[in-house]
Amino acid sequence: MIYKMTRRAALAGVASIAMIAAGATSALAEGWKPQKPIEMVIMAGQGGGADRLARLFQSIIQKENLASMPVLPVNKGGGSGAEALRYLKDNEGDAHKIMATLNSYYTTPIRNDIGVDIEEFTPIARMALDTFVLWVSADSDIQTMDDWVAAVKASGGEWKMGGTGTGQEDSLVTAMLEKEFDIKVTYVPFKGGGDVAKNLVGGHIDSTVNNPSEQMGFYQAGKSRPIAAFTPERLDVFPDVPTARELGHDIVYWMQRSFVAPKDMPAEAVAYYTEMFEKLSQTEEWQQYTTDKALMADFLSGDELQAYFIEERDKHAAILADMEGDGSS
Amino acid sequence: METLALLADGFATSLSPLNLMIVILGVTAGLFIGAMPGLGSVNGVAIVLPLTFIVPPSSAIILLCAIYYGAMYGGAISSILLGIPGASTAVATTFDGRPMAQQGKAGLALIAAAVASFVGGTISVVLFTLFAVPLADLALAFGPAEEFALVLLAFTTFVGLGGDDVLKTIVMICLGLVLSTVGLDLISGSPRLVFGDLPGFYAGISFLVLAIGVYGIGEILYTLETSRTAPSVTPAKITFKELGAGFRAMNRMWKTMGTGSFLGFFVGMLPAAGATPASLMAYGIARSTSKQPETFGKGNIEGVAAPETANNAASTGSLLPMLTLGIPGSPTTALLLGGMVMWGLMPGPMLFIEQPDFVWGLISSLYTANFAAVAINIALIPLFVWALRMPFTVLCALVMVLCIVGGFAPSQKMHDVWLIAGFGVAGYLLRKADYPLAPLVLALVLGPLMEKSFRQTLIAEQGNVLAFVERPLSATFIALAALFFVLPLVKYLRKGGRRSVAPAE
Repeated sequence: MIYKMTRRAALAGVASIAMIAAGATSALAEGWKPQKPIEMVIMAGQGGGADRLARLFQSIIQKENLASMPVLPVNKGGGSGAEALRYLKDNEGDAHKIMATLNSYYTTPIRNDIGVDIEEFTPIARMALDTFVLWVSADSDIQTMDDWVAAVKASGGEWKMGGTGTGQEDSLVTAMLEKEFDIKVTYVPFKGGGDVAKNLVGGHIDSTVNNPSEQMGFYQAGKSRPIAAFTPERLDVFPDVPTARELGHDIVYWMQRSFVAPKDMPAEAVAYYTEMFEKLSQTEEWQQYTTDKALMADFLSGDELQAYFIEERDKHAAILADMEGDGSS
Repeated sequence: METLALLADGFATSLSPLNLMIVILGVTAGLFIGAMPGLGSVNGVAIVLPLTFIVPPSSAIILLCAIYYGAMYGGAISSILLGIPGASTAVATTFDGRPMAQQGKAGLALIAAAVASFVGGTISVVLFTLFAVPLADLALAFGPAEEFALVLLAFTTFVGLGGDDVLKTIVMICLGLVLSTVGLDLISGSPRLVFGDLPGFYAGISFLVLAIGVYGIGEILYTLETSRTAPSVTPAKITFKELGAGFRAMNRMWKTMGTGSFLGFFVGMLPAAGATPASLMAYGIARSTSKQPETFGKGNIEGVAAPETANNAASTGSLLPMLTLGIPGSPTTALLLGGMVMWGLMPGPMLFIEQPDFVWGLISSLYTANFAAVAINIALIPLFVWALRMPFTVLCALVMVLCIVGGFAPSQKMHDVWLIAGFGVAGYLLRKADYPLAPLVLALVLGPLMEKSFRQTLIAEQGNVLAFVERPLSATFIALAALFFVLPLVKYLRKGGRRSVAPAE
């Protein structure tokens, strides 16, 4: 009896194991999963806004177990992101590479012939719109936008404005400022927003247009001072800093923080990553970060995102044409 | 002494059994990762980063730092045994480490490297402990002009003191600089020298590809030709007697190691400079202040100790801007920064005030990691030396495979493998013609840094070249650079223009 019982139990056990195994395989067959670590290409250098954000995404994905494989961030910030764009183009059809974008996603291919057409890339998800603020060092006498304009004018074109590269977001805002106030600055490019922030605090440049996240550490340490925000409304983190619009200068500019993938990424992989980022956008960590660092969380994916990219690209083409027109005149 | 109290608290964290075990594990893993050509601390830290969620944040950062440290120790191993620098920071270690191995003194060279790394690491951690916060301001004082001047100084220590033939050295530096411009322009983003739109060249030529090509493949080709079937390497023995001799030799080099430590720490602390220029400058200074400069490059133990103290000191130094300013000084510290963001710690000026437990736990773990690294490293030396007793016919094929895999792995592009093959042949021919290879490789590493900071300064200063000498810090560096350049010329003229005929190797 005992023998029989155990045998039956054993049989039942084997059967149930088989069933579990079958269940597991069918679950595997259902959806595509990455087979090796996912490379997250960052279009900017280390320590800047884009870099910190990408690493935050990586950490949330890992912490919340949103991907079955680790995510490895790789910086390819050279030439205003041209290095990253070209890399994505050269990896057509790759299902294990995604790229964190900035607005240079539009502007770099317009400004330089690097053989990249962003319409070919696969849109994944837009996570947020980032904001811009005009900063000076805390040692500076400048307290208001008027002070800033006066100081730039007094310098006779030698005012050093740091940024992440001609054609990058901050350089567009700088160009808008130049046009609005009829001033001229010397624009000094650095490799990333973190580098820019450090050079401002170190006194090697006179002012910058940085994302709040890039200057936040120095701001909290009392080393840098926000002058004006380029948003429609005041930022919650800097309630005393006026917007340019309030001051009568209608300069509003956003930076999109999105993810794209190479051309012809398999549809199942696209679905996988889109779902991953959608889940990410609902996590508490992400919502906390967007509040702390003055980002506007605004999720978008699929065709809508592609349409947004193309619309923004055309807008940027117009801004750039305008800038270059000014330059030659 | 508030600092000491905080450090004591830190030790309470880092000496817990879990953290001690983590340090030993991390250092051992790092040592092997660093010893593999093609794999460096960056890869090690990247692979382990996702695993760190299972332990508390303070243990996680200790693990990553232990790997970082272990890899810095390990980098010397392939430089000495195979003559292939696994990372740009270990290039200077090949100058005397490789000749020592060829003379059968591999064990001694490895001991020197381990002890020197320990001294450099420890002195710099002490400096870090005492002055981290005030020194952050010095890092801030470094703008593009100072960066340029520093890189220039690193170059001249090389022209002046590197090879015996200054002209050949300059030719190789120029060639390296040309190679460094391949790829997308750092400032405008236009492609340069991409050979008719070859996609592989857009990313530029990486240090690893060139180093593996000229040192790895080139060296094998050269040895094959010169030695035919005879083994090129005198089998090395490692005994306790040798260990004792190693320690005694190191005991005579406190001046060299002290200079290397301070230099390494300060140069490493500057964002963007890092351990490569530091190790070179330390080598240069050791050679120029030596009583027998002609023995350098031919297996002088001081030539191993100097760069190894400096690169380990620099790796600690480069944690400083990362922790105090949130600016990583090297790719590996950028990963560490990512890790800290992951655990909800924001590196920057506020970190020392808001998270003292974390910061001091980390600093104290650098002390334990150093002790663990030197002990494990010395214990493993017999194993590394044993690897050299392999018959050359086997070793040669093995190294060839390592070279190709190490070159392919980071980018996973066949383009890089073809480049390695090309550089290998070129490296062999250049060696035959007695051209020094180190300046070529180092120009590729330092070139982009120098170009970027030069252009940034000129843009910021409206094209005023005098800006470099108008700023006190950069003027000092430029003056030193000029001195280093002129010094050998004076020596050369004093000798009555007699030229050394020793091969530049």
